Formats: sequence, structure tokens, C-alpha cells
Amino acid sequence: MKRSLPDMQSPKIEVRGLVKSFGPKKVLQELDLDVPRGQSLVVIGGSGTGKSVLIKCILGLVRPDAGSIKVDGEEVVGASRSTMERLRAKFGMLFQGAALFDSLPVWENVAFGLLAARKLPRGEARARAIDVLGRVGLPAEVADLFPAELSGGMQKRVGLARAIATEPEIIFFDEPTTGLDPIMADVINELIRRCVRDLGATALSITHDMASVRKIADRVAMLYAGKIVWEGPVAEIDHSGNAFVEQFINGRAEGPIRVAQAANG
Amino acid sequence: MNPLATVGRATLTVCDSAGGIFLFALQALGRGLRGPFYPRQILRQMIDIGYYSLPVVGLTAIFTGMVLALQSYTGFSRFEAQSAIPTIVVLSMTRELGPVLAGLMVAGRVGASMAAEIGTMRVTEQIDALSTLSTDPFRYLVFPRVVAGLLMLPLLVLVADVIGVMGGWLMSVFKLGFGPIEYVNRTFEFLETQDVLSGLVKAGVFGFIVALMGCFQGYVSRGGAQGVGAATTKAVVSASILILTANYMVTELFFSR
Ligand SMILES: Nc1ncnc2c1ncn2[C@@H]1O[C@H](COP(=O)(O)OP(=O)(O)OP(=O)(O)O)[C@@H](O)[C@H]1O
Ligand SMILES: [Mg+2]
Repeated sequence: MKRSLPDMQSPKIEVRGLVKSFGPKKVLQELDLDVPRGQSLVVIGGSGTGKSVLIKCILGLVRPDAGSIKVDGEEVVGASRSTMERLRAKFGMLFQGAALFDSLPVWENVAFGLLAARKLPRGEARARAIDVLGRVGLPAEVADLFPAELSGGMQKRVGLARAIATEPEIIFFDEPTTGLDPIMADVINELIRRCVRDLGATALSITHDMASVRKIADRVAMLYAGKIVWEGPVAEIDHSGNAFVEQFINGRAEGPIRVAQAANG
Repeated sequence: MNPLATVGRATLTVCDSAGGIFLFALQALGRGLRGPFYPRQILRQMIDIGYYSLPVVGLTAIFTGMVLALQSYTGFSRFEAQSAIPTIVVLSMTRELGPVLAGLMVAGRVGASMAAEIGTMRVTEQIDALSTLSTDPFRYLVFPRVVAGLLMLPLLVLVADVIGVMGGWLMSVFKLGFGPIEYVNRTFEFLETQDVLSGLVKAGVFGFIVALMGCFQGYVSRGGAQGVGAATTKAVVSASILILTANYMVTELFFSR
């Protein structure tokens, strides 16, 4: 198998012609997207446009109908299980619904990757978990609680802690600040920024929260009707000259985005 | 609402998904046996299947043993064959009723809870989360359950055999006028290793089936609480059908010669 060496210019993640339908419902249609190495890209777009599906395709959790996804130059679509397992070691993922393991206490959730992939001793993993919990603003007392005993926002932060605990190269954040109060949301935004700045991680985030976009994004991409309709640096978002983006960031009901169609596909 | 149609539909469902189940089993064993192993998970499942099923299996066994003794007595006394009761009880328990009843009880208790747990993990994306954390759900979730089922059900059945014979003994000694020692001696008089062994082999097969169906139905479940509910029912029904089928086949294998 030939593996092209990733140079520093090539994008960390390269998506080309990605197509995914669920039955008659076309979700992604010939989508192209580059996530630059060591940068934070935020995907915005209406509810139900397929943002989560896009991330799951990259993670290999959803099998696309067509197209190519390359991570460090390696093809994900149709990759063997061993290739996929190796690639996934680079990933961290915060699920939209947190997806915490409800049979394990909080600290084991956070330390799961450390225990599974890094084979850290349990005592050490626990200490690391409590440290990461602190970084998402959770006290050490929650470490021994079970996920069901936490509020929605706390679960989200535990999910975030789990995603970053192994210090992965690529981190996916699916709506990291949804369900958090504005102050905590800012703490989380700052944390995501730090992951990219200090750890050199590549981040691909999804959010509806424009304050969060401005804080965490280096670049922004807008998903509409199965395609990326605009992509550019975050500084240009206010004068993108793109009607879709302008309607979205200003939250107007009138414009080219037809809500009824977006909701029904 | 036709009861026959219900049985037929359940049978069709099993046949329909037979290919999927077969591949699922291959994956579980093929990937599971190559490790990494999760001893914690295996232990947890062994305790859950073995230890926590003891009350329900024990209760089933003792009443079955008592009823067996009573029924054979009322039947056999008609032609003066009461002396065969200890043999009838021990052979029925070890060869047939121990494994089948334990299998069905465990299918209801453990199979259903496995389907519910794994199904919930599926619909809340916990299984996806496992994959992203470099952990194979087949190795972490399915294999420990299947191994625990395979190992623990024979132990449960061994206990059920003993308790069942004890039930027969209680009934015979306290109600039917058998001598306590005489009953025990007669129990072992015609018992062969093969009788117990075939029951334990059955138990292993049934344990495998229960865990496999619980995991499979949970793993493929879709669509929220309703999907998980349906998976639970399917796990119990399909495990029961497979247990009864496999029971016949193992019996044929052991005793047809
Ligand atoms: N497993 C699935 N089976 C069938 N349809 C699905 C599945 N997953 C997603 N979809 C459909 O794909 C579309 C996109 O879903 P997705 O979860 O990606 O939306 P989203 O952009 O993340 O929305 P939100 O911002 O509300 O989270 C939805 O219309 C949904 O109905
Ligand atoms: Mg989403």
C-alpha cells in the first residue's frame, strides 16, 4: 500500500465529492471541504442539513454513498478495519448528545481513551481524568458520579473532557456550547482555542452559536443543501458577499435559505 | 391476533436474519479471540449471568424436581413402578429440563437486559463513541457477554441439576414415603456421565445463543426507546426459538447412536 507522506501544506482532512443519502433523503450532495492542518474550522448551517452526518462520515461511523475522504493523505472511505483503527487513534470526538457511557463513572468515561489506547494504569488515568475535568470547569467531586446524575450541560463538558483527554491530533466538536450558560460557553470556547493553539490540534467544530464561531474559528464553512456554499477566514464572515451566510449570521427568516425546504429536505 | 401467525412470524424473523446473525457471531468470535481482551467486562458479565441468575434458576429447578417426582408417582404407581422415580427425576433434570428451563429463564432475564443495554448504547451513540475511542464494540461489548454466557450457563445448569434432584428427594421422602438414603442411591444407580455431560454441552450452547441474540438484537436496533423495546422482545423470542431448535439437535447428536 502506498501512502503519500503528508507535507505541511496539504490539508489535514480533504473531502471530495461526498454523497450520502438516507433512503430517498439526499443529505450530502457532492460536498467538498478542506480542513487545514493545525487550524480550527467551524461548519455552520441550518438544523438537519447534515453537519453531524458529515463528521460521522469522516470518523468512518457512517458509510458514504460516494466520494473520497482523506486524513493525512490516507483514504477513509472503504478503508480496512485495521487502517480505520489506526486513523481513529488520531481522533477525538464530542458527540452532539454527549454519548457518555452510562455504566461507567465520570472519571472512567474521561479516562476511557487513556485506559484503552494508551494502557495507562488506572490510578494514573484517574488523576489525569480529574485534571482534564478541571479544565472543562468541573470539580473533582463529579469524578465518581455517574453520567445520569449530571445535568445536560455537565454531561456535555464531560464529553468534551473525554474527547480531549488523549490529546488527539484531530478533534471534532459537535455543538460544544449548546446547553451551556454564556459564561461556561466562553470557558469552553477558550478551551477549544487552547487545544488548537497549544496542542497544535486540528479542530472541526459544528455550532449554531455565532459568538462561539467568532471565538473558536480560524475558518468558517457554510453547509446548505448538501454542499459547502461558502468557505473563508472568520474575519471575512461579516462581509462574505454570500447571501446564505448573511442570512444565517444575522438570523433572518427571509433570504435564499428556505426553512421549510431545509427542514423537509 | 392469530397465535399461530405470531409463532410463524417469529420463526420467519429468525430465518430472515439468520445470515446476519451468523456473520455477527463470526465477527464476535473472530475479532474477540484475537484480543485485546477486557477481563473486567468478562468478569462483570460472568457475575451478572451466573450469580444473579441463581435465584430464578434455582427456584425453577426445585419446583420442577418436585413436580417431576409427584407426576411420575401418580402415573407410575398405576403399574407399581414407583421405584423408577429417582431415575426419572435425575435423567429428566440433567438431560433435558435443567438446561432447557435454565436456558429459557436466562433468555428472559439476561438476554432481554443485554438487548436493552446494548440497544440503548446504540441509539444514544455510545457504540459510535466506543469506536472513536479506539475500542472495538465487538471486543468490548459482544465478546465478553458471549464468553460469559458460554461459561456460566453450564455452571448454572450443574446447580440446577443438584437442586432439581433435591426437589425430587424432598417430595419423595416427605410425601411419597421413600427412604432418604434409598432415594439417593437409586438416583445414582443408572446415571451415566453422558447424561450430565450432554446437559452441560446443551447449557453451553444455550448460553452462547442467549448472549448472542441479546447482543445482536441490541446492536442492530434503531430509532429510540421504541426500537430498544422491540429489540428486547426479539432477543427473548429468537433466543427461545433457537434454544428449542438447538436442544433437539444436540439431543440427536448425543443419543441417536
Ligand atoms: N441514521 C440516520 N438514518 C436516517 N436519517 C438520518 C440518519 N442520520 C441523519 N439522518 C438525516 O440526515 C439529516 C441530517 O442530519 P444531521 O444530524 O447531520 O443534521 P445536523 O446538520 O447535525 O442538524 P442539527 O444542527 O440539528 O444537529 C437529517 O435530516 C436526518 O433526518
Ligand atoms: Mg447535528
